[in-house]
Amino acid sequence: MFTNLILIFVATVLAENFVLTKFLGICPFLGVSNKLDSAISMGAAVTFVLFMTAAVTWFIQRYILAPFQIEYLQPVLFIIVIAALVQFVEMVIKKTSEGLYMALGIYLPLITTNCCVMGLALFGVLRDYSLIENLVFGLGAGVGFTLALVIMAGIREKLKYADIPNAFGGPAMPLVTAGILSLIFSCFAGLIKL
Amino acid sequence: MKNYDAFIRGIWKDNPVLVQVLGMCPALAVTSSVENALGMSFATAFVLICSSTIIALVKKIFATEVRIMGYIVIIAAFVTLTDIVMKAKFFELSRSLGPFIPLIVVNCIILGRAEAFASKNGVIASVCDAAGNSIGFLMAMVALGSIRELLGSGSWLGFDFVGTLRGFLETSLPSVLPMFDQWTTPWVVMILAPGAFFGLAILIAIKRTIDSKTR
Repeated sequence: MFTNLILIFVATVLAENFVLTKFLGICPFLGVSNKLDSAISMGAAVTFVLFMTAAVTWFIQRYILAPFQIEYLQPVLFIIVIAALVQFVEMVIKKTSEGLYMALGIYLPLITTNCCVMGLALFGVLRDYSLIENLVFGLGAGVGFTLALVIMAGIREKLKYADIPNAFGGPAMPLVTAGILSLIFSCFAGLIKL
Repeated sequence: MKNYDAFIRGIWKDNPVLVQVLGMCPALAVTSSVENALGMSFATAFVLICSSTIIALVKKIFATEVRIMGYIVIIAAFVTLTDIVMKAKFFELSRSLGPFIPLIVVNCIILGRAEAFASKNGVIASVCDAAGNSIGFLMAMVALGSIRELLGSGSWLGFDFVGTLRGFLETSLPSVLPMFDQWTTPWVVMILAPGAFFGLAILIAIKRTIDSKTR
């Protein structure tokens, strides 16, 4: 039981990293990875939302969607719950830390449309996790997202001083970097088999 | 003229994937084969055009503070519709796309077009804009899917080029077979995650090069 949880956690952080192997949450990954400190706070906010989503969507799936056999309402119901959660996090951050609220800017409400939140809810249902497993899955996804975002931000802070060919300016160079990171992370695939 | 502009801009100048860098998740995740890329593009196009139309029609009834919520519920309704129809009519395709069909809800292109265009313009212009963006999305998806499928498994839309050519050589020129096999080892990395990033980066670089040449 306990080893199973550790396995799920390590697998979602490394071998099945949401950003680099499942392509969930690419938009903030490319958008907020310019500076290291905003990357860390973005990662923390997303991790919190992911953890809460993992808990809430599990209950919705188990006690509302499955018993009434209305699984086809999944996208609608999940997105409403996620939007409400993000709104809640936004209010909390605004109350507690004005500076952080300003630093995250537009990307805070955009967590709603971050694929990794919705993806987490859908994959959790697909894999039929128990509540504890789903919570660990959510936490792992958040840590994995933060890890990828922080590594990327670190590289991009250096990349600013590099002489890049004009064609690879804009979003192309971060994508190549992400590809190399993804190669590195895919090496972890042999580490764990779920 | 304005409608035509809105239509044409989404296809090339403001291509959603290559220039606006929106909708990256499906663009990277389901382009390992052309068939998946096509299926995903049509599903997204349907949701994009329908939701843009409805949002352009009802934009006035939403208060500014809750408009995003309203848009998302409209989008989610069309995604649910698409999901059910895909499951009923194209079961194999819907199974290989998996959770990426419900994930259209959070595709940034759709919410992006709703917020940036449909909430400010009329119905006809919004439909044109949505159709243009859909075609732009389709083109980028098929281009990326072609690169990945050709290099990664040597086929295109399920037609096995390398296998056919190999079968032809086997009967006519068996002596070159070892060399042919050596040359046509599939680049498995293109099917896997890193290939998607590299492929998209190269597509963006090509687009930027063409743009800088024609300016």
